[in-house]
Amino acid sequence: MAFIEVKGITKKFGGLIAVDNVDFEIEKGKITAIIGPNGAGKSTFFNLINGFHKPTSGSILFEGKDITKIPVHKGAHLGIARTFQTTHLFEQSTVIDNVIVGHRLRTKSNLFDAVFRTKREKDEENRAYEIAMESLEFVGMAHLANTQVSTITQEAKKRVAIALALATGPKVMFLDEPAAGINPEETDGLAQLMKKIAASGITVCTIEHKMQMIMGMADKIMVLNQGAKIAEGTPDEIKNNPVVIEAYLGGEAIAEVN
Amino acid sequence: MDKIFNHRTLIALLIVFALVFPLIYADNRYVLHVMTIGFIFTISVYGMNIIAGFTGQLSLAHAGFFAIGAYSLGILTTRTEMNFWLALLLAVLITSAAGLLLGAIALRTKEHFFAIYTLIVGYLIYLLIDKWDGLTGGVRGLIGIPIPDPIGPLNFESATAMYYLVLFFLLLSIFIAVRIVRSLTGRTYIAIRNSEELAQTLGINTKVNKLVSFVISVAYAGLAGALYASLTRFIGPDVASTNMVFNFLMYLIVGGIGTLSGPLVGTMLFVWLEQFLRSYQEYHLLIFGPILVIMVIFFPTGIVGGFYRIKARLQQKKVPKDNKYFNPVPVKSTKK
Ligand SMILES: Nc1ncnc2c1ncn2[C@@H]1O[C@H](COP(=O)(O)OP(=O)(O)OP(=O)(O)O)[C@@H](O)[C@H]1O
Ligand SMILES: [Mg+2]
Repeated sequence: MAFIEVKGITKKFGGLIAVDNVDFEIEKGKITAIIGPNGAGKSTFFNLINGFHKPTSGSILFEGKDITKIPVHKGAHLGIARTFQTTHLFEQSTVIDNVIVGHRLRTKSNLFDAVFRTKREKDEENRAYEIAMESLEFVGMAHLANTQVSTITQEAKKRVAIALALATGPKVMFLDEPAAGINPEETDGLAQLMKKIAASGITVCTIEHKMQMIMGMADKIMVLNQGAKIAEGTPDEIKNNPVVIEAYLGGEAIAEVN
Repeated sequence: MDKIFNHRTLIALLIVFALVFPLIYADNRYVLHVMTIGFIFTISVYGMNIIAGFTGQLSLAHAGFFAIGAYSLGILTTRTEMNFWLALLLAVLITSAAGLLLGAIALRTKEHFFAIYTLIVGYLIYLLIDKWDGLTGGVRGLIGIPIPDPIGPLNFESATAMYYLVLFFLLLSIFIAVRIVRSLTGRTYIAIRNSEELAQTLGINTKVNKLVSFVISVAYAGLAGALYASLTRFIGPDVASTNMVFNFLMYLIVGGIGTLSGPLVGTMLFVWLEQFLRSYQEYHLLIFGPILVIMVIFFPTGIVGGFYRIKARLQQKKVPKDNKYFNPVPVKSTKK
């Protein structure tokens, strides 16, 4: 049984076919990358697995369970986490306050617990705080815990967004262009972080434009073009795939990678 | 200075002031009455703050629910001569049930559509009250709503007694609001306000949480409305008017939407300002209008939010310690 299995998935927006009959498997514990030009349907593909979009046809299996139609929050409970192309953090609040709520889905305190400040509420609040701190430590942002998000760098925001996803206790993390808008050194750091996440047992699936980063990190790459899967394989296979070279990478890009 | 005027002492001073206030104005029923009305509106605005300020869904049906609370109590006590306290409880429950029903429908819409939709819901409630003569007395309104029944030796015949009764409910309302906002449930609401998409990805059932916080907010309106009916002893359809809901909104925005003390600050400010400007009648809008515009432009989080911002700047720290949206991390854990 594949960890995540996408079968013949298609998403149409009116006349536009954003994702076109894609079959794909994601292996547990590995780093999988999705590449493709702008508008290729990469984010839409994530949104389908994540549940933000319901596919026009096709299905998605997570650990053998059909999750094609489940709402987004249920997916999170199963262990599917994701970050967004633009981080959705709450700028006016501190880093730690942003991350604490990540553990909310693993807590049970309700309104009654809130009003009477029950033992369960206090315990779970402490637990959520600890988890949030651990996640921040994991991504190397613990020192910014009490800093307001609006004052931290773009790279730090990306890392905090990852910490928030980690705090949900996921089995798999979908990262939508985590390295967009940050400099090359920081990009290396993020690649390290993704390897660390995978090493900790969480499957990583990332969308990325930065070829060098992907080639050095991914176990498997899928190439999307105009919604369709045009290739998949190891970085070496992708680099030497004539279809990919022609349709997407182009002569120059290959030169850059090598 | 900071140590003397920390939150706790300030709160204690305010409570003491509220407690001795009737002694200062013992011979002035009018002042007491205005203050009591102010407290009732404050309760209602705290409710509005939960859904609009913390969960981020601007509901403009709030006056409608205030009216449902008021009319439920009025009808139950005048038509069926039900015990006041039972009627009060039922008024809150009826309002909450109406909120559950209407909220489940209204929350299918988002953002400005939700605001417009709830504005219409509020207006429909107004129309219903205005036209349903047989039940509500129509434009004539409901008269002769009784004061609360005595509890043992406590009776509520004097303005002072009503003042203390309403003060009790105000403190209870604030206490509950603070507890909710500073809990995991409150964090859940704030996460929804911040980004519904992100909240869902974090495993939060936004539908259910929005609905629950809507019902809480409506229960506050119902309680406030019921107390209002019993205090003024006469109610007309105008308690459900759009004027009323925009007043609540003005109190909330100027005081500080999404802050814990904003509703109190804003409501008290306007209730008393309105008294001082009474002689100018309609012209008071000439003053309120510009205040509102200035606030929205320069202090989007109101007086309270602005206060924290300035305080933070003065302290030259990146983070205000008394963060206006979130409580600091649990006390126990911060020690680590
Ligand atoms: N909600 C939507 N409604 C209509 N069209 C959409 C929607 N979301 C995406 N699209 C369209 O689907 C296509 C694929 O978009 P998508 O965002 O998945 O691309 P992408 O590969 O992530 O691109 P980028 O690299 O720019 O992020 C685009 O043509 C886009 O305009
Ligand atoms: Mg994209």
